[in-house]
Amino acid sequence: MTDHSEHEHDHDHDHDHDHGHDHAHAPHPVREDHDLELSYGEAKFLALKGLLIEKGVVTADEIRRRLEINDRGTPHQGARMVARAWLDPAFKARMLENAKAAARELSIDVTEAELMAIENTPACHNLIVCTLCSCYPRSLLGEPPAWYVSKAYRSRAVREPRKVLREFGLTFPDSVEVRVHDSNADLRYIVLPMRPEGTEALGEAELAALVSRDCLVGAALPGLTT
Amino acid sequence: MSDDAAQAYALGDRVRIVDLAKPGHVRTPIYARGKIGVIDHCCGSFENPENRAYGRVGRERIPLYRVRLRQRELWPDYDGAAEDTLVLEVYHHWLRPA
Repeated sequence: MTDHSEHEHDHDHDHDHDHGHDHAHAPHPVREDHDLELSYGEAKFLALKGLLIEKGVVTADEIRRRLEINDRGTPHQGARMVARAWLDPAFKARMLENAKAAARELSIDVTEAELMAIENTPACHNLIVCTLCSCYPRSLLGEPPAWYVSKAYRSRAVREPRKVLREFGLTFPDSVEVRVHDSNADLRYIVLPMRPEGTEALGEAELAALVSRDCLVGAALPGLTT
Repeated sequence: MSDDAAQAYALGDRVRIVDLAKPGHVRTPIYARGKIGVIDHCCGSFENPENRAYGRVGRERIPLYRVRLRQRELWPDYDGAAEDTLVLEVYHHWLRPA
């Protein structure tokens, strides 16, 4: 936003100021692209990708298709599951039994091997982390937030979860068990939060709107942070 | 491995997560090795990631469990409620009865 306003004040001309049109007149501040040189990680990724394709392990098309699946994932899909579970106890039971099959009922195609729904209760609050890398149900929820893949979160969530939760604005009395789930192997997780009080009159879409991305990993509570 | 798979653990069994000190791609975090917990969930069987990571795919599937531990078992100086727990996924060959 700051860039934009500086941009506007840099020169005075009376035509509409659209982004991306050509300025024939000079001088105009030029913003350098940041992608002129590859970072170490990008270079490594491209080299590895090239080798895997060359050796016939994967095809470029398979990589593209997988990225498209991740792009289809969005926290809203998880929020829809939560809202349905709040309204339909039978669906909730099926979701806790087999979350992947429950997702399919809502026409959500989860491509990870397994998806497990973990229910928050008055006695137990759940927090999801992957300490080894950044395992996350991407086909359901899309790419994880940057903090979820950070080393700080991955190491601290298992070591001092209550402190981490406090930094997210959540404080629980000692009478509430805090349970951390390390998504370190083949399962992927979605937290089923508790339905907030005072939402009895709300419909499914309104309920889903209360459920933010962070609620689905246990780092927020519905309705408080959206 | 086949007799390992035969003697599966059941819900609530006490288990120790062992330290196999195995190099390469393993999915048992160091913080949990040597610690005792209980079987929280039997997840079914999956191909061993210690093979899959090296392109050895399509081999036998091994049982995977969710093991629940007290935070104070993991971290003696844990700063939180005594009832706080952690659950992680452990393949069968990293577990021993406890």
